[in-house]
Amino acid sequence: MRDVILSLLAKEPAHGYELRQRLVQALGPVGGALNPGQVYVTLSRLERAGLVEASEVAQPNHPDKKVYELTASGRERVEAWLADVTWSKVAPLEFHLKLVAAAATRLADPVALVDSQRLELRRELRQLQELALAEPPDSDGALLLEGASLRLQADIRWLEACERRWVERESR
Amino acid sequence: MSDGNVIQARGLVRRYQAEGSPIRAVDGVDLVVEAGETVSVMGPSGCGKSTLLHLLGGLERPDAGELYLDGERVDGLSETAWAVRRRRGLGFVFQAFHLVDELTAVENVELPALLLGASRRDARRRAMDLLERLGVAERAGHLPDRLSGGERQRVAVARALVNDPLVVLADEPTGNLDSHATGDLLRLFAELREARQALLIVTHDARVASIADRLLTMRDGAIVAQTRLGPGTSAAGVLASLAELGGDG
Repeated sequence: MRDVILSLLAKEPAHGYELRQRLVQALGPVGGALNPGQVYVTLSRLERAGLVEASEVAQPNHPDKKVYELTASGRERVEAWLADVTWSKVAPLEFHLKLVAAAATRLADPVALVDSQRLELRRELRQLQELALAEPPDSDGALLLEGASLRLQADIRWLEACERRWVERESR
Repeated sequence: MSDGNVIQARGLVRRYQAEGSPIRAVDGVDLVVEAGETVSVMGPSGCGKSTLLHLLGGLERPDAGELYLDGERVDGLSETAWAVRRRRGLGFVFQAFHLVDELTAVENVELPALLLGASRRDARRRAMDLLERLGVAERAGHLPDRLSGGERQRVAVARALVNDPLVVLADEPTGNLDSHATGDLLRLFAELREARQALLIVTHDARVASIADRLLTMRDGAIVAQTRLGPGTSAAGVLASLAELGGDG
């Protein structure tokens, strides 16, 4: 969550509500299901960690709003996050947002991110295959590794769909 | 010219007429398969990967380019000469198995050996040895329709190997197999890789592709990326990530 919020701030400063809107926009109905409080909790943690800075902005007829912007170390962390190839095993939500952030901020090329991620997953798949081949064919261990390989295979197929989409968008 | 390459292709082109306008299904491919190497080719449907395999196996002719098998130029061979060259140097494995329905498993396997002039006795011995090695010896006397998909593909691999080919060309070999049979075939391909049998696999299945030493990615008739997968360096990272049960950092 921290890295996600940071990346959403990388394009331009924003207040909590705008961030939530950006998250919802990037995730669709899934974003709508996120706990709104989480954005604010995360923002104050990030502020304490020195990764974002808050300033009060006066608004006519409304209470002051707190606008957050990235500090230099916050920006460094976003760049490190974009370059990091750690893979979520549950849903590709984080990588999806990584591509959205990369495209919006121009800090990285989404297609290049897809390429390096796919390479990483192919190497992982190769290692899984080797582990699977080292197991007796009908063992529980081989079955678990088959499951893990199939998930990786599905992830790689999804990266191919990402590639098509982002290549199309960039060529517009 | 040979220098250990079982296949060498330069500037291969294959055009088709599609609705009046020519499309280049294979558009200037350079490719080398070294002796003992396992290479896989991936890419979206229509990228030209199956056409490339057909060109390499002489099942289609290139419109331009050069092709060498074991150092011998073959792109200009006549149909008859290609037929002999194929039987002598290449093994094929197809998605749809292509076994002869009227012949038993062992008869299917020995057929290419007989066509190349082996004695009945020698052909039968080699066929039985291979069926044994591939774990389907007890199915030798069955017709293909009595075999499971996985068994049929094993018989097809045995047939591909019976003349001790330079290279086995496999086109979507797991396309008709379930996950378990795919796993068995992968195990078999890995054994062939360890035995240094050169292998070129065209597939859309990332699991199959991952057993290769080298992975080629095709798009619009061209090879756009080459990845050396090599033997895995360390499995520790992969295992550690599998053992994760989640949690927010």
